[in-house]
Amino acid sequence: MDVRSQISMVFHLDKCIGCHTCSIACKNIWTDRKGAEYMWWNNVETKPGTGYPGKWEDQEIYKGGWKKSSGGKISLKGAGKLRGLLNIFHNPHLPVIDDYYEPFTYKYLDLIEAPAGEDQPTARPVSLITGKPIDIKMGPNWDDDLSGTPDYARNDPNLQELSPAEQEAMFQLERMAFFYLPRICNHCLNPACVASCPSGAIYKRGEDGVVLINQEVCRAWRMCVTACPYKKSYYNWGTGKSEKCILCYPRLEAGFAPACMHSCVGRIRYLGVLLYDADKIESAATKHNNDSSAIDLQMDMLLDPFDPEVIHSAKENGVADSTIKAAQSSPTYKFVKEWGLAVPLHPEFRTLPMLFYVPPLLPVMASLSEVNNIKQEKKLDSIAKSWNDNWLYDTSTEELWGTIEQARFPLKYMANMFTAGDEEKIKEILKKLMAVRIHRRSVTVGDISEERSQATLKDVGLTPEMADDIFSLTALAKFDDRFVIPAAHREQAMEMMDFVGTTKGATGFGIKQDLKRSL
Amino acid sequence: MDLLNNFTLIGLPYAALVLFVVGSIYRYQATKYTYSSLSSQFLEGKQLFWGSMPFHWGILVLFLGHLIAFLMPESLLAFNSHPVKLLIIEISAFMFALIVLVGILTLFIRRITNPRLQVVTNRMDLIVEILLILEVIIGIVVALNFRWGSAWFPAVITPYLNSLMILQPDISAVASLPSAIKLHIVLAFTIILLFPFTRLVHFLVVPLHYLRRPYQRVIWSWDKKQVRNPDTAWSITRPYEGVPNFLQKLVPSELAEKYMQKLKGPFRYFK
Repeated sequence: MDVRSQISMVFHLDKCIGCHTCSIACKNIWTDRKGAEYMWWNNVETKPGTGYPGKWEDQEIYKGGWKKSSGGKISLKGAGKLRGLLNIFHNPHLPVIDDYYEPFTYKYLDLIEAPAGEDQPTARPVSLITGKPIDIKMGPNWDDDLSGTPDYARNDPNLQELSPAEQEAMFQLERMAFFYLPRICNHCLNPACVASCPSGAIYKRGEDGVVLINQEVCRAWRMCVTACPYKKSYYNWGTGKSEKCILCYPRLEAGFAPACMHSCVGRIRYLGVLLYDADKIESAATKHNNDSSAIDLQMDMLLDPFDPEVIHSAKENGVADSTIKAAQSSPTYKFVKEWGLAVPLHPEFRTLPMLFYVPPLLPVMASLSEVNNIKQEKKLDSIAKSWNDNWLYDTSTEELWGTIEQARFPLKYMANMFTAGDEEKIKEILKKLMAVRIHRRSVTVGDISEERSQATLKDVGLTPEMADDIFSLTALAKFDDRFVIPAAHREQAMEMMDFVGTTKGATGFGIKQDLKRSL
Repeated sequence: MDLLNNFTLIGLPYAALVLFVVGSIYRYQATKYTYSSLSSQFLEGKQLFWGSMPFHWGILVLFLGHLIAFLMPESLLAFNSHPVKLLIIEISAFMFALIVLVGILTLFIRRITNPRLQVVTNRMDLIVEILLILEVIIGIVVALNFRWGSAWFPAVITPYLNSLMILQPDISAVASLPSAIKLHIVLAFTIILLFPFTRLVHFLVVPLHYLRRPYQRVIWSWDKKQVRNPDTAWSITRPYEGVPNFLQKLVPSELAEKYMQKLKGPFRYFK
C-alpha cells in the first residue's frame, strides 16, 4: 500500500446557479494577461451544450485522454512518446484559438473622444490578438443558457447514444431543461497532460497532488493541450508556454480556499483531502472497458482515513499528521466514498479525475403526463387565450421512484456524462438525493409519513442520521465545513532543503545573492 | 581577397562557434524560460502543416547528410563509388532541398501575411527565415551548377572543417572554390552564430529524453520515505544531517547534497 494524499473537490450541481462568479474570480487573479485572455481555467457550461472549447467531450475530434489497446495496456489517444515526437512539428489534433474564441475588447475611448457628428459614437469591438476591428463570432459563455438551440444544445456529444425520439422529446419547448457544469482542472491521478509533455515540464506535486506546469521547462511542444481530455491545459500564444489551473496553490499553502471556491455564491464547492493507494493507479486506469466499473475501481483506490492500517502506511509515506486529520474530516470523502453521491466527470477518459460531481436532481423532478385539458380550454376566452395542448407537469410522488425514470432529462444523458453510460448507477445517486429530500420533508413539513420516509431511506441504504448529515453538509455547511485545507508545512519543507540559519538575515536589507568568497 | 577569405572562412567560423557555445549555455543558464519553440500553431494551424512539416523533416535530413559527410567522409566516398548509389544520394538530397524550400517559403509567406502571426513575430524571426531561404536557394544553385556535392564535399569541405576543429585552419582549398559555395559556407556559419539570439535554440532542447522517462512525474518537496518513523508524531529530520562536517567544507554544498542523495536514494524526484 502506497498511501498518498490528494486535494480533491466536489461540486454539487444541484446548487449551481450559473452565475459565473467563480470564473470571474479566477480570471481576475490568474488569466487577465496578454496571451491568456481566452483562457478560462474555471468555466461554467450550460448542459446540454457544446461547452468550451466547442464539443470538447468528443474525443473523436480532439483525441484527448487514454485509450485501451488490445494488450490490455493504455496509451495516450492523441499524443504519447512516438506519436508525440513525430507530430512535434505540427500537431494534427491541436485545437486552434477559434475553437475557443478570439478574445476581444471594445474601443471605449471612442465613446468620449469621437469628434462631434451626426451619429452616436459607438465602441467597436477589436481583437485582443491583432488589435484590429473584428466581427465577434464567439465569446466566453457564448452558449450560456441556450439549451434547445440547434447550434449548441443539439450538438452536445453526450446526446450521441440517445435515440432520435429521446432527443426530440428532450428539446420540446415544454420539456426543456438544463443545468450548469462548472469545470476546473481535475488534478487527475493518471494525468494525460503530464504523460504527454515531451519536455517533462508538467508534474504532480507529491504532497497534495496539484498538477502544475513548470514555465521554465515548457518549450511549447503543445502536446498537453491535445492530451487533456477536459481541455484544461491552455496554450498561451503570447509567451509560447502552456498554462493551466494551479488550484490556487499559493492560497492553499496559506490555508485559504482557491479563489473560485471561496467566491462561490451557491456554495456548491467542497474541498478536502482524500487518501488513496497509489499502487492501484495503474489497475484503476486500465482494468475496465469504458464502462461504469471505472468508477468502482476509482472508489476502491480511496482509503478510509480512520483505518489504523491506512494511517500507519500514510505515516510511513511521510504524510503529515495534520493531513491525516484533515482527511478524517474531509467533506469530499463523505460525498464521494461514504455516501456515494459524487462521481467523476467522464471516467471513461481514464485519467482518474479528482474532481467529483453530485449530479443534479432538479431537472428530473417534474415529468410530463398526458391529461385532457379540453375542459379548461372551454373556460377560457376563445379570442384572448387558448389552451390546446394536452399535458401537465406531474410533480406527484405517488409512485416513489417513478418520476426519476420518466425524467424530463433522459437518464442516459446524465449517465453518458458521469457514469460512462451506466443508467443504474446514476439512478442510484438520484434516488439517494431524493430520499434525503423526502426524509427532510417528512421532518420539516410533515406531509409525508415517517414510515414512507423510512422506507425510501432504507431502499437506498441510508439511515436517517446519514440523511441529516447529507442535508446539513449540502444546505447548511459553513465555510470551514466545506473547505478542510491541510497545513502545507512549507516552513518544514524549506528546512529540509536548506539550513535556514544560513539565509537568516539575508533578506530584508536587500541582499539577494549568496556571498561566495571563491569557488 | 586574402583578407576577405581569412575573415569569412576563418574569423567568422570561430566567432560563430564560440558565440554559439558560450551564448547558448549562457542563455540557458540565465534565462532558461526563453528556450522555447514559440509555436504559432495555436493561432494558425492549416498553412503551418504545409510549411512546418516539409521544412523541419527536410532540413533534418539535409543536416544529417552534411553531418555524415563531415564525420564519415571515407564511408561516404566508398558508398558513392558506385554511380547508381551516387545518383540516388544526389537526387534524393536535391528533392529534400526542394521540399525544404517549399516549406520555408510557405512559412515565410504565412508569417508575413497572417495578421495574427504578425503580432507574435519579431525582427529576429524574419532575419532567420530570410537567411534560411537564401541558404537553401544557394544550396540548390550549388547542387545544380557544381555537381555531385557528396563526392567533392568529403574531399574539400571536410578537411577544411577538420582543420578548423584542430585549430590549424587551412583554407587553401576552400578559398579557390566558386563564390556560390563560399557564400553557402558563410551563411551557414552566420546562422550558427545567430543561434543563441533567436528561437533557433529550440533545436538544442529537442526532447529526446521523453523516450526514456516514465510517463508520470511526481515531485516531492521532501523524501516521503525517509521523513519519519511512522510510530512517532509527525516531525521532520533534515535529510542531509548525515553529511560529515569535513565533507561539507571540502565539497560545495550542492555537490555534497547530490552525493548524499546517491547514498540515500532519490530525494526530490520520484516516479
